[in-house]
Amino acid sequence: MQVKPIEQRDADYLMDDAHVTIRGLSKKFGDVVIYDNFDFDIPRNKITTVFGPNGCGKSTIINMIADLMPRDAGEILINGKPVRETRIGYVFQNYREALFPWLRAIDNIRYPLQFLNLSKAEQKQRVDKLVEYFGVKIDLNRYPYQMSGGQQQLVSIMRSLVVEPEVLFLDEPFSALDYEMTLMMRDQLQKVFMETKTTMVLVSHDLEEAIYLADWVLLLSRHPAQVADFVNFDLPRPRHADSVIDPHFVEVKASCLETFQREVRKG
Amino acid sequence: MKIGTKFYPLFGVLGLVVVWYLGVLSEIVDPILLPSPGQTLAAIYNGMVGGELLFDFLRTIERTAYSILIASVIAIPLGIFLGSSENLYRSVEFVVDFFRSTPASALFPLFLVIFGVGDQTKILVASFGAALVILFNVAYGVMNARETRLLAAKVMGASRFRVLTDVMLMESMPQTFVGLRNGVSLALVIVIVAEMFIGSVDGLGYRVINAQMLFQMPDMYAAIFVSGALGYGFNLLFLTLEKRFVHWSGK
Ligand SMILES: Nc1ncnc2c1ncn2[C@@H]1O[C@H](COP(=O)(O)OP(=O)(O)O)[C@@H](O)[C@H]1O
Ligand SMILES: [Mg+2]
Repeated sequence: MQVKPIEQRDADYLMDDAHVTIRGLSKKFGDVVIYDNFDFDIPRNKITTVFGPNGCGKSTIINMIADLMPRDAGEILINGKPVRETRIGYVFQNYREALFPWLRAIDNIRYPLQFLNLSKAEQKQRVDKLVEYFGVKIDLNRYPYQMSGGQQQLVSIMRSLVVEPEVLFLDEPFSALDYEMTLMMRDQLQKVFMETKTTMVLVSHDLEEAIYLADWVLLLSRHPAQVADFVNFDLPRPRHADSVIDPHFVEVKASCLETFQREVRKG
Repeated sequence: MKIGTKFYPLFGVLGLVVVWYLGVLSEIVDPILLPSPGQTLAAIYNGMVGGELLFDFLRTIERTAYSILIASVIAIPLGIFLGSSENLYRSVEFVVDFFRSTPASALFPLFLVIFGVGDQTKILVASFGAALVILFNVAYGVMNARETRLLAAKVMGASRFRVLTDVMLMESMPQTFVGLRNGVSLALVIVIVAEMFIGSVDGLGYRVINAQMLFQMPDMYAAIFVSGALGYGFNLLFLTLEKRFVHWSGK
């Protein structure tokens, strides 16, 4: 199946300069239809956050885009190419089970570099640059199990960014962290985004977080999942603690909440 | 208080020695059958310092070490191979479980017919028993590798082979060590039984049965205690290796 030419596009959430294009995506688990002929475009160099009712298929869709889960039908292209031919990053919710406990933090971060064609000097430069972006003050010579949850997830994020991915996927990356750590990590992620402009797709179960981080918020309906709304949020970055009381934020949040409640009640 | 707890195990040892002495002094047990702790200790000392017991001790170590080596070389790669495909393992699971449940001693006559009464038979029966224990544990370790870690490696661009060597293999290490520890105790049991009954002229099993037939009770007790120490030592050795190589286990 081909990506539809622009003139044939009907929905306003399909765009010209999409980074990821999803066409005719279908997925069932047994008899349960999660996606049925689903079309969507993910904008380039933006953070798109995904929000929706529990079990609606948020993880499922990013797993299918990242080729971690087979799809029943449809086509997914990143920059016009199949996922296999692109570099992506993926941050799992469960950092404890995603990092390699037998490697030191720094070696965890370096691990994916061996699959790129880089010289030792380039590899070192990549890691150094990343450490600088994050202003890391933690001792990366420790093993993951010697670090706090937040530090482990930070290492996870660094590991996913070190390959300079075209698209970074994050599945509820902060939901296992305490509140204070979550706030810090959001700002770290925002800082990295402002530095690198990496296209990001972040799933969140926290609407406030979804909006705070987003350029675009994708609201999904109960399964079979459909685009309930695709909301632009263009408050200038860096956003900070006060952004959540900005009138624009409050307005977007109210609108998202209304859509969400309508979609949940529908089920 | 903290220093005190370190010495708690000594109380048990002391208790055992006291009960033993009481048994000897009260002559509840025929004094010929139960020598005093002092006599036994002397027999251990004389045997291990320049005596025959040391030689037997080393022979048993040698046989057990060969057994565990052969078992590991066969069972670890095979376990990884079988464990890497759940369907594959399911198809051989019954056979593995069946032979794992078969007492290895029942195989002595068969191995005797094939390999004769030499060292080979003792070592191979012990290897057989240990290999199945190791195989089972390695395969389970590989099969229970954390799904998320496998996906993480895949998404970073690791090939199927690299996922196997970089993740599954490492993930199976803790369970592999469980297999090695169980395997080595089983191998020691089999080697000692073999030394008792299968045309041996040395080894701790031979020493025990020989002392018994000659009615040299202190020597028999000495050989039993040295066997115990050997089993304990093997376990300790593998626990130490485990701590060293699988530092992340249980964390
Ligand atoms: N491997 C699977 N097998 C069967 N059902 C699944 C599987 N993964 C997810 N599901 C079901 O599909 C639906 C969507 O799952 P998921 O994408 O994980 O939801 P969420 O939006 O909460 O991330 C849920 O109802 C879930 O129970
Ligand atoms: Mg989910």
